[in-house]
Amino acid sequence: MALLHETDFGTPASTSGDRVGVVVDGLSVQVPTGTSVMRAANEAGLAVPRLCATDSLEAFGSCRLCVVEIDGRTGTPASCTTPCEDGMVVHTQTPKVEKIRRGVMELYISDHPLDCLTCPANGDCELQDMAGVVGLRDVRYGYAGESHLDAPTDHSNPYFDFDASKCIVCSRCVRACDEVQGTLALTVEGRGFASKISPGGLLFLQSECVSCGACVQACPTSTLQEKTVVQLGVPTRTVLTTCAYCGVGCTFKAEMRGDQLVRMVPAKSGRSNEGHSCVKGRFAFGYATHPDRITKPMIRETIEDDWREVSWTEAIAHASTRLKEVQAKYGRNSIGGITSSRCTNEEVFAVQKMIRAAFGNNNVDTCARVCHSPTGYGLGQTFGTSAGTQDFKSVGSADVILLIGANPTDAHPVFASRMKRRLREGAQLIIVDPRRIDLVKSPHIRAAGHLQLRPGTNVAVINAIANVIMTEHLYDEAFVAERCEDDSFKRWFDFIVRPENSPEVVATLSGVPAEEIRRAARLYGSARNGAIYYGLGVTEHSQGSTMVMGMANLAMATGNLGREGVGVNPLRGQNNVQGACDMGSFPHEFSGYRHVSDDVVREQFETVWKTRLQAEPGLRIPNMLDAAVDGRFKAIFIQGEDIAQSDPNVKHVKSGLESMELVIVQDLFINETAAFAHVFLPGTSFLEKDGTFTNAERRINRVRPVMAPRNGKQEWQIVSELAAALGYPMHYDSASQIMDEIAELTPTFKGVSFDLLDRVGSVQWPCNDERPLGTTTMHVDRFVRGLGRFMETPYVSTDERTTRKFPLLLTTGRILSQYNVGAQTRRTENAVWHPEDILEIHESDAALRGIADGSQVNIASRVGQTLLRAKVTDRVPPGVVYTTFHHPISGVNVVTTDFSDWATNCPEYKVTAVEVRPASEHIQIEPEEVAPALVRMAKQIAENIPAAGDASQAIASHLQRFWTVQMRTELRTYVASHPGEFSAELVAALDQVH
Amino acid sequence: MSGSTTVYVPRDAAALSVGAEEIAKRVEDEARKRGKAVEIVRNGSRGALWLEPLVEVSTANGRVGYGPVAPEDVTSLFDAGFLDGAHHQLSLGVVDDHEWFAKQDRLTFARVGVVDPLSVSDYEAHGGLVALRKALTMDPQAIIDEVGASGLRGRGGAGFPAGIKWQTALQAQVGQKYICCNADEGDSGTFADRMLMEGDPFALIEGMAIAGLAVGATQGLIYVRSEYPHAIGALRAAVLLAAESAILGRDVLGSGRVFEVEVRVGAGSYVCGEETAMLESLEGKRGVVRAKPPLPAVEGLFGKPTVVNNVMTLASVPWIISHGASAYRDRGAGRSRGTQVFQLAGNVARGGIVELALGVPLRDLVDGFGGGTRTGRPVKTAQVGGPLGAYLPSSAFDVPMDYESLLAIGAMLGHGGIVVFDDSVNMAKQARFAMEFCAEESCGKCTPCRIGSVRGVETIDKIVAGERRRENLELLLDLCEVMTEGSLCAMGGLTPLPVKSALDHFPEDFGIESVEGSTRGATA
Repeated sequence: MALLHETDFGTPASTSGDRVGVVVDGLSVQVPTGTSVMRAANEAGLAVPRLCATDSLEAFGSCRLCVVEIDGRTGTPASCTTPCEDGMVVHTQTPKVEKIRRGVMELYISDHPLDCLTCPANGDCELQDMAGVVGLRDVRYGYAGESHLDAPTDHSNPYFDFDASKCIVCSRCVRACDEVQGTLALTVEGRGFASKISPGGLLFLQSECVSCGACVQACPTSTLQEKTVVQLGVPTRTVLTTCAYCGVGCTFKAEMRGDQLVRMVPAKSGRSNEGHSCVKGRFAFGYATHPDRITKPMIRETIEDDWREVSWTEAIAHASTRLKEVQAKYGRNSIGGITSSRCTNEEVFAVQKMIRAAFGNNNVDTCARVCHSPTGYGLGQTFGTSAGTQDFKSVGSADVILLIGANPTDAHPVFASRMKRRLREGAQLIIVDPRRIDLVKSPHIRAAGHLQLRPGTNVAVINAIANVIMTEHLYDEAFVAERCEDDSFKRWFDFIVRPENSPEVVATLSGVPAEEIRRAARLYGSARNGAIYYGLGVTEHSQGSTMVMGMANLAMATGNLGREGVGVNPLRGQNNVQGACDMGSFPHEFSGYRHVSDDVVREQFETVWKTRLQAEPGLRIPNMLDAAVDGRFKAIFIQGEDIAQSDPNVKHVKSGLESMELVIVQDLFINETAAFAHVFLPGTSFLEKDGTFTNAERRINRVRPVMAPRNGKQEWQIVSELAAALGYPMHYDSASQIMDEIAELTPTFKGVSFDLLDRVGSVQWPCNDERPLGTTTMHVDRFVRGLGRFMETPYVSTDERTTRKFPLLLTTGRILSQYNVGAQTRRTENAVWHPEDILEIHESDAALRGIADGSQVNIASRVGQTLLRAKVTDRVPPGVVYTTFHHPISGVNVVTTDFSDWATNCPEYKVTAVEVRPASEHIQIEPEEVAPALVRMAKQIAENIPAAGDASQAIASHLQRFWTVQMRTELRTYVASHPGEFSAELVAALDQVH
Repeated sequence: MSGSTTVYVPRDAAALSVGAEEIAKRVEDEARKRGKAVEIVRNGSRGALWLEPLVEVSTANGRVGYGPVAPEDVTSLFDAGFLDGAHHQLSLGVVDDHEWFAKQDRLTFARVGVVDPLSVSDYEAHGGLVALRKALTMDPQAIIDEVGASGLRGRGGAGFPAGIKWQTALQAQVGQKYICCNADEGDSGTFADRMLMEGDPFALIEGMAIAGLAVGATQGLIYVRSEYPHAIGALRAAVLLAAESAILGRDVLGSGRVFEVEVRVGAGSYVCGEETAMLESLEGKRGVVRAKPPLPAVEGLFGKPTVVNNVMTLASVPWIISHGASAYRDRGAGRSRGTQVFQLAGNVARGGIVELALGVPLRDLVDGFGGGTRTGRPVKTAQVGGPLGAYLPSSAFDVPMDYESLLAIGAMLGHGGIVVFDDSVNMAKQARFAMEFCAEESCGKCTPCRIGSVRGVETIDKIVAGERRRENLELLLDLCEVMTEGSLCAMGGLTPLPVKSALDHFPEDFGIESVEGSTRGATA
């Protein structure tokens, strides 16, 4: 389409339900009470000249261009700051106001460079437009007077310049930083004519600026300007698409000049971001054209050989032949694949279809395994489906926000800005996190509580919060009675009020004072709208699934579900984690979370796919790697995931990969995993993809290509060709055909089509006959599973314990400027903010070990060690260290272990016992005897599934549902040879499954 | 009696600036030397600045004054027996009978210079707390009705009826409300707020407490400019004393009602005297003007309903409540009721405070009370209402000093400051100064004020230099119109007032015969 100009109404929309009628230049218009005269005029199709007003910001009234005359009122009020009153008669064009406007513009231009013709914003400048609109013909003051024409340009930010000589001091940038982003990095320095915009008296790069781009977007002139616009020129057309970084899923206008992407501008029409962005989505897209991109298929015989570029035909033929050979030699189940949360729904669907239909097994898993698989399990068990309950906008109605194990200002910045706006309006925030994240205290934000718990004790703390709410009778009896299961509630009630769940007992386990737990519980329990938001600090634990259920219990007990402002909301790490899960990427589930053993569902797929499908679950990623080390799993197709950097206990991952005969990697770059690959299939970046992403609010957003695939093919095309070469005919003409198939086979997607998305922008699933435009809030009148189900959540401490040898707990997280393994962001200018991973260590722990701030340290766990630079800080409490894993050189996941969530195998990234020493001191690691993974998991399952009721049946059902036959057989053999080591329930359970 | 004599030596900043501290010390030393029992009271100033330091002695006939007293006069005062009120060449007689005071009508300033500013008992002895006690028995609406009926208008300069403002704040259905006293007295040639705060701080505190009772506010804040260290000290001390005496606190005069006052100090910005900029500053932000609406009485400090009133407005309230609205309303002219505390300054022989009913002719103030210029040269002009007020030629001095009469001749009363100039003043320089002042003090938020003031200085310079005089005069008038009509607040909006009045009344100082004649035929 041509360059998309979204209408700017000048001031924000009023949310009032009442309406008033005004007459503007003879046109009658009805607007909500509280609407400005300016906005009313705009809604009547009359544009009042303006410079300091824009509808993302509150009216400010500084430029004085928008003055109007109103019958019965003296003077010339500014239309932006004057609210409409019923019966008001407004004149926007009178000789008087026109003269004032010309006079104001004359003043502006008397202090502005006259370089329009060579200005980067020529043609895209509001000042230029307004000078024309008001009819300025002459600047009678001349240009010899005092001016700012010599003001310097700040080039320090890698993405935008700040040319102070062009600044009209409208404060839109300052207000955008305050109101939209909430960082408050900008201010006006000085007063009067000396007023100037300043990032706190520093250069932009040194300042608190987080480069979200809101100021650049708000600037009406070329003062704050993207460097790409300076270099390439003003864009001429727009492609509306979706960001491919985090799970917020911001809608962007990719603004093009010919075939060249000039800039990414957040779209106001995007419902998840409503015109806002962060440094990654806004600016860090340069990786797509980075010289490291691989655009030709490559193969090699062994991983010692050099890569050889080949044609697509040869690559597909080679890959299919080798896959068939492996299957012929080692059996049908010896191969499998991993889908990527970075890819589109259509691409993911194609890969899992290839595996189930062409590989002929269910050995498909996804990278969500290592992040949000417990969300799927926990919310599925309690509510009946694996998804967040709200849209992002909902946080604007929350009164108390419980933020657990998430750091949105770094990892989900655009959502964080929404949350901060609500907090500035007075909502209360309780943070549960071992580390003092920025939201604990930052400008205009102060958390009401920070439960700084010991890593690994989430479940104990959430139980204690629930204990207070139940014992102090702060729960919503009516909601529980009407909406939830009576018997599961009663069982849970008896469990949760037990003394072991009291804050006083939990205080000793978690390190959080009982009074703080009580205070937090009372705040959440008595909130009009209490909302829970959580991240990987919840899921990436040995009790990740239990914790998700603990939060779900809490929300049900307090009636905080089924309306705006409440809910249980996972903050998804990747752009399409939700979608990848929805699309049937798990070994036990088809799309829409339906078990492979369900005959009705399976037959439906078999009919459409015209092939027989397996009814037994396949292998999960860690199972695949274990089986590979054991010599039973020999070939893998990996779609856009760098498991050799991102997955825990990298040593184990690598030995798994090394044991395979065929590793096929589909990716943009030669990554750590590709070092073990035999076939490299170049993939497409999001700028080339055509399809959909589903964000953390279940919102299905369109991804539209802004450039031709640099590798020559869409990824689903490559996968289809590979499937076909394997002997399973699979062909699509377009991505939209794949979505049609998804819709046909998935009840929650029944109404979804590209046509619908192109018409309405986006929809949140379920989208079906009942809800043709999707579902904003889940579980409004009933839960997906009918009645809400309370789950008992006993706290079981992790097997990962500190010892004398490894006395510290390592926990990991993300930083704003980098994304995950950094494959993209490291290949952009974002590297200036985070050139390396840093280990945060408390000063007492540092002093004890002779570690100086900024020095290199050796960090070791029982599985590995690596070098990092230390930062001595009080952000982490004594006993806890923290780092990120954005840089492969740091090898942080060399240290993390393969301990994992009992229900889903999600790795316990957030808890690793470590020791830290100055780099010069070597740490001796002796391999520790650890029980086999299966055995450990079986014991965890037995401990986590409560003994009340028929525990053995519950255990049996879990093993049946999630484990493969092979795994159960192995466990049975082990149990038989180790009598007395296992609980009676587990032994009994094994008798009940085949 | 103990035989001790009470001697009053002002501690008012104006008196201190002319040596009052040294006088007090010398009186004490001299009395000790002579074995005389003397109690020195450091009162405020009576407001006759031309007589400061004005030393008073309490006698059976009343307080006898001597002034202006120089340090070297102290010995001779003792020699002359001034402790008994005896004659001396500096004798002024009984101060209350002195013509300059006797002709005034002091309501708001009744206690200033009379009482010990930091004595609660002295305050009560002179009629203090009567109004607060009365107000505690009144319905909030009754208090507001009384203030409304008195006709009291905002004495800060805007002249908005206090009763209406209070009514708006009363009607706001919000828990927390505030009373903010604007004590950022930044107008050149004004000092009434300062003198009251130094000389009778309890009057302000009492007025604020009554305002709090009226609108339902429990917290008061006084925003006082940093250039007033003595006033800040007096206010802080008075607030502490008021709390000790339960005039302020959780239980105002035993009524169970709550009202507390905090003194906050500005940071040197003229614009912070504008009420919304003051609120921004009180919130800890840059002192930048807010757009209205919303009015502060609806959404003020921290977004809560806030009554912002000037020191004089609030300090007038106790008199109105204790004496009744009609007594106040009976004074004044037209819609300008009550008294105004005028401040005579600049090149004037007898400068100081003159409190009189509104409507007094300007000439009575300048020539009568002021006694003409200090230099003895003819009066050329007086600027009325601060640096944003109009320059009036002496031919216009018959104008009654009230809101409406001044408005009718293109001038304004403002905060009641009158700055007198003799015939040596160049009005083009004064006009330039007005623009310069605006450029110096503009907050920088709105364009007409931020850029316009700078261009105004430049354009006046061009006119004076004779550069394209006709076109630049036309441009200056256009600029004045843009600033008047387009500015966000009175800073930019009123700056053209002194400029245009200087042009209108004294065109010759700009090198032109008349504005009209000079712009006729200029390009539109």
